[in-house]
Amino acid sequence: MKKLWVVIGMLALVVSCSKLEPAAPAKDKVLDGPVDGLTYAQAAQHGLGDADFTGQVFTKETGLGPIFVATSCASCHAGDGKGHPFSTLTRFGQIDSTGNRFLDQGGPQLQDRALPGFQPEQIPAGATSAKFMPPGNTGLGFLELVPDADILSMSDPNDTNGDGISGTPNWNTIPPFVTPAPNALTRNGKYICRFGKKASVYDLRQQTTNAYNQDIGITSAFEPYDVYSHLEIDPETSTTTINNVVFYLQTLKAPVQRDQSNAEVMAGKQLFIGINCSGCHKPELRTGASPVAALNNKTFAPYTDLLLHDMGPGLDDGYTEGNAATSEWRTAPLWGLGLAPGSQGRQYFLLHDGRAHSIEEAIQMHGGEAGNAKNAFNALTGSERQKIITFLKSL
Amino acid sequence: MRRKYLIAILFIIRFSPATAQIDPSLLRRVPKDTSRPVMNMDAMYNRPSLQLGKLPVSLGGYVEANWQHLGTDGISEGHQFQFRRLSLFVSSSISKRIKFLSEIEFEPSENSIEVEFAAVDIEFHPLFNLRGGMIVNPIGAFNQNHDGPKWEFTDRPISAEKMLPDTWSNAGFGLYGKYYRDKWMLGYEFYLTGGFNNSIINNNQNKTYLPAAKDNPERFEESASGEPLVTGKLALKNTRIGEIGLSYMGGVYNKWQDDGLILDKKRRVDVFAVDFNTLIKRTNTNIIGEWAWILVDVPNTYTQQFGNRQRGGYMDIVQPVLKNNILGWEGAVLNVACRLEYVDWNVGRFKQTGGNIADDVWSVMPAVSFRPNSQTVLRLNYRIRKQRDLLGNPPANTAGFIFGISTYF
Repeated sequence: MKKLWVVIGMLALVVSCSKLEPAAPAKDKVLDGPVDGLTYAQAAQHGLGDADFTGQVFTKETGLGPIFVATSCASCHAGDGKGHPFSTLTRFGQIDSTGNRFLDQGGPQLQDRALPGFQPEQIPAGATSAKFMPPGNTGLGFLELVPDADILSMSDPNDTNGDGISGTPNWNTIPPFVTPAPNALTRNGKYICRFGKKASVYDLRQQTTNAYNQDIGITSAFEPYDVYSHLEIDPETSTTTINNVVFYLQTLKAPVQRDQSNAEVMAGKQLFIGINCSGCHKPELRTGASPVAALNNKTFAPYTDLLLHDMGPGLDDGYTEGNAATSEWRTAPLWGLGLAPGSQGRQYFLLHDGRAHSIEEAIQMHGGEAGNAKNAFNALTGSERQKIITFLKSL
Repeated sequence: MRRKYLIAILFIIRFSPATAQIDPSLLRRVPKDTSRPVMNMDAMYNRPSLQLGKLPVSLGGYVEANWQHLGTDGISEGHQFQFRRLSLFVSSSISKRIKFLSEIEFEPSENSIEVEFAAVDIEFHPLFNLRGGMIVNPIGAFNQNHDGPKWEFTDRPISAEKMLPDTWSNAGFGLYGKYYRDKWMLGYEFYLTGGFNNSIINNNQNKTYLPAAKDNPERFEESASGEPLVTGKLALKNTRIGEIGLSYMGGVYNKWQDDGLILDKKRRVDVFAVDFNTLIKRTNTNIIGEWAWILVDVPNTYTQQFGNRQRGGYMDIVQPVLKNNILGWEGAVLNVACRLEYVDWNVGRFKQTGGNIADDVWSVMPAVSFRPNSQTVLRLNYRIRKQRDLLGNPPANTAGFIFGISTYF
């Protein structure tokens, strides 16, 4: 009889073992994870891209560097969230729309680390520079699918409504390997770009190949030039890998807001809109057509307009990309803001270079077109300001 | 012609078992040498083995197989059945004071067949033995004590397996000896061997990782740095109190020159370890522990992803709770045990922020083990592990059951 109980006990253990393992965190508590509704085939490709993005570490033998910033994608994007000053990028060499004058001296990006035996780059004399924090990856597929016309409709270059906010797209040239979207708008051969702190990158394919090349020193069929020798070399990563990583980024879920029905969160959102933070941080955008049903014609809440805004002299680092002015920055999407510390080492590093260590500090560093909203925020009572902060932390 | 060969082969296959089969009574267990007290350093030879008749060759080995069901933050690979390894030992007494031992390990999951140890020992004096061949470097105690059936846990300690390389062997020579008097024993080991290479800071683990050098089979032929890896250990044992060992392993690891061309400065790796084991006789509780520190010269123009300091260790507490005739096995033992582990893969602070670099793991592994005899163990473990990334973000939580069997044969 005792033996029977032992056998029953062992069977019960085998059957119930998964109950004794850590449960998955709720979807609104983490940034990473795929968008709901992928087909089996899409889920498989997402998994392949995930393995390359989070699992592949480059070494000297697999093409790392020899000068580089990071050894893997995940080094900069822990948990698909915002980065940490450890992996901050430094860009240099461009001060206006005439282009980067230091491309022949290693621009636009500083590879500040090197394999043993090599020396990392230094910023050339006379070049201005800015530091860029790695952005969060979540929801990028949604942002990629916002039609150009919708972005253009939010632009108000002459501030015709008089709210102090203009906002312009970054019209920029695109590399030959990038295929413009079917609904793309053009102006003098330039396209509306939307990714990067200066909105100078057209789509996730350009962003991904550029990051492999400039961040890790990995060449591909799209970016065949080695960052160290400046010579064209054999591809160090395959087009299949690039495609899978791009698909992975496109199909990451959008951050899920928490406590939406909480009274303080709701009040904070009303105040946020009331003082016109939403003039740039648009609460709602819509995707266009996509072959991925989960992304096709979806309304989502990124809290950005994907436009460039003059943020004032305090945030003017004297460096730019594309046709942005040095004081202009793309409106940072605020979704995922409350979960940012979970990928930044349990602390905040906000704004383009991580100089702000809290949401309040980031707000106080706003200037230029955001000056009116900042002043309105400061005119609120302490309780009202706290409601806005609570709302922002729910995103 | 081909048909004749085929018939001949079939004939041999058909009839050879009848003539080649070994009479099992010829195989006899080699009794352990209890005439001399043993220390950790004796682990390679102090294993059960079988001898065929009066041949001066002993055979032995062990096998390890597991079932596990682990999950990390809600994601599980489900039921996993693992054949971890099969090890074979062959030892031979060439003459009275010259002996040879080899250990060959098969790890199918890693598609690897490795000679882990193959060395000749020549005793000139109990305090002066020469060992040469492929040697297991005596850093800490686990490296020489890695046999699965010795442990109540299905997995090797993280610090001993992933931080210090386990079964870390190299070609080389050295000396060892023991002195004992009454209840005290003093042992030493000193070896010069081949060693590490650049892979310890250039690997797909994205961290300083000494075991990466195990993937370099060229180390048995050519030392990357051209300089010896020095390994030394001093151990002191009192039969009532226990044994403590202090060990060091270090040398230049990088390929700093090639064909006379200077490629880099010489860069060192230095490892320090302390190990201990004791038996609390009043409660019959066995405590085993080990702690190690690693210092690596990493270029300051490289990434801090690869740390220049590591530390970690483990402690096992094993408590027999039943020793009796269990299910017909005489002298069978039921143990409860617990392993506590910690490894900090990157001790230091970020240059950019001054904040602490995390990249650490800790684990608690309660266990129940059943030993029907001293050579066989059935063990059920529950692993609880928390692992933080470089930035110190909320840890990945892993937990689950592992059941395993391991036995000498």
